[in-house]
Amino acid sequence: MKVMVMIKPMDLIRVRNVNKQYKNGVTAIYDLSLNIKKGSFVFVIGGSGSGKSTFIKMLYREEKPTSGEIIVGGINVAKLRNAKVYKLRRKLGIVFQDYRLLPKQTVYENVAFAMEVLGSPKQETRRKVLKALELVGLKGKIHNYPDQLSGGEQQRVAIARAIVNEPKILLCDEPTGNLDPERSIEIVKVLDEINKTCGTTIIMATHDKDIVNTMQKEIILLKDGRLIKHAEKGGYEE
Amino acid sequence: MKFLRLLKRSIREAFKSVFRNFSLSLASISCITITLIIVAASIIITFNLQNFTSEMEKDLTIVVFLDNNINEEEIDTLMTELRDMSNVESLTYQSKASIKEEMRKESEVFDEVMSTWSDEDNPLKDTFQIKVKDVEKISDTAESIEKMEEVSSVKYGEGMVDNLLLAFESIQKISYGVVIALVLVTVFLIINTIKLTIFSRKREISIMRLVGASNFMIKTPFIVEGMVLGMFGSIIPILIICFGYVALYDHTNGYLYSQMITLIEPEPFIYMISGIILVIGIIVGMVGSASAVRKYLKI
Ligand SMILES: Nc1ncnc2c1ncn2[C@@H]1O[C@H](COP(=O)(O)OP(=O)(O)O)[C@@H](O)[C@H]1O
Ligand SMILES: [Mg+2]
Repeated sequence: MKVMVMIKPMDLIRVRNVNKQYKNGVTAIYDLSLNIKKGSFVFVIGGSGSGKSTFIKMLYREEKPTSGEIIVGGINVAKLRNAKVYKLRRKLGIVFQDYRLLPKQTVYENVAFAMEVLGSPKQETRRKVLKALELVGLKGKIHNYPDQLSGGEQQRVAIARAIVNEPKILLCDEPTGNLDPERSIEIVKVLDEINKTCGTTIIMATHDKDIVNTMQKEIILLKDGRLIKHAEKGGYEE
Repeated sequence: MKFLRLLKRSIREAFKSVFRNFSLSLASISCITITLIIVAASIIITFNLQNFTSEMEKDLTIVVFLDNNINEEEIDTLMTELRDMSNVESLTYQSKASIKEEMRKESEVFDEVMSTWSDEDNPLKDTFQIKVKDVEKISDTAESIEKMEEVSSVKYGEGMVDNLLLAFESIQKISYGVVIALVLVTVFLIINTIKLTIFSRKREISIMRLVGASNFMIKTPFIVEGMVLGMFGSIIPILIICFGYVALYDHTNGYLYSQMITLIEPEPFIYMISGIILVIGIIVGMVGSASAVRKYLKI
């Protein structure tokens, strides 16, 4: 009988001694080290200016750390050359506060865009787009244009677009920032559903205390660029 | 397969955006059109000149002037000697008396002057006119003939051909200058067209980056757009070439200036020129769009 020894990389994201100083001299992250496990749902919390967005941006290589090491899904992000960033991005889905949809394209076209630009075949695109839209609860509005949708619905389209290529990790920077509390919790429920059914690791930056307290998920608390607390489960208290 | 799908998408997007920014696209296309018409005209003229000069070279003749005191016997030996030369195709002898008669017939002035010449003081010379087999070696052949005894001097028409080529060369230089200036203006216009497309697609480009489209995938639609502009720009020049040249050829029966210059037959000449023009148009479009992409698509 063969015995297979598998070293399972449990940590999908590893951050080691990361500092980030912007060109204007502002230091946004001080000596950050942490691990995020595969399949987890993490809230990155902290007040305005605490460095949440900077942290997320470094994960998808929008910003480079000034020093330290960041490994995302086996890719050394800090050392990644510009021309190779796309390899990282294909492992990620990214959602923003302002949705960033294409206004002249329908819901379906917006989601399909993410697959078409990667050269995905038509049939497969159609199947996956419809599946993603079903998952976010928008299957009934695939022919609508973004301006015919509410804010919450637009954000669902953005989420569908982010997950349609089946990324390992979904990064969300204040996805509920423009939504009222009710819509906000709906969005987070959608993310939770994706986390549970697809096993996608979700990292969501937010300053919304109610959401964090209601969901009771893993939290990373930042304050003035420093890690204050990293807990498996918890609410938002400073 | 994936590559083909991406290419198909790029082409579709390129056509879409040509029509979306139609007024600017039209400016680029018109500029390419004008440039290509001039390029086509230059190419057609150049090819015809080359054809013409090589036709003319075929008619080149070596004229051998003989010494004044030559006698009939010597002429006969010389004739066999010349005939035995490897590059000599054919030769004809013309005595100075018959040249005199010919010239007198040609013009009244000559007639008057030459009427007083007796055979002794006729300053003209007996000549051989020689056709050669290989025009390339005409100067060597002429040289060795000149070294022969009883040969006073040798002339062949190299001067005329050279002068013609020189004149054509200056015409060509001017057209090169015009074409280069026009190409520069065209490239500038294409850069601006593509720049506008890039700006109007900022959001799409940023989303493409987010979802992991490679630089190649992001660039290609813009490059293809430039090529499409070049392709559209070559349509009218190609039509002009095909119909215009055939019309010219038919109208002149293939000759210019009373059979002096023969034109190249339209087929397959016009297809070759059309192909060249299409390729030039596409390359100019590609150069413009590539530099716009390099400048405005920060990758
Ligand atoms: N592009 C930038 N250039 C300079 N400073 C920046 C930039 N982005 C963010 N900062 C600064 O970095 C700090 C952290 O910002 P950010 O990461 O956006 O915090 P958060 O998302 O938690 O509000 C702030 O002081 C902010 O002013
Ligand atoms: Mg932020």
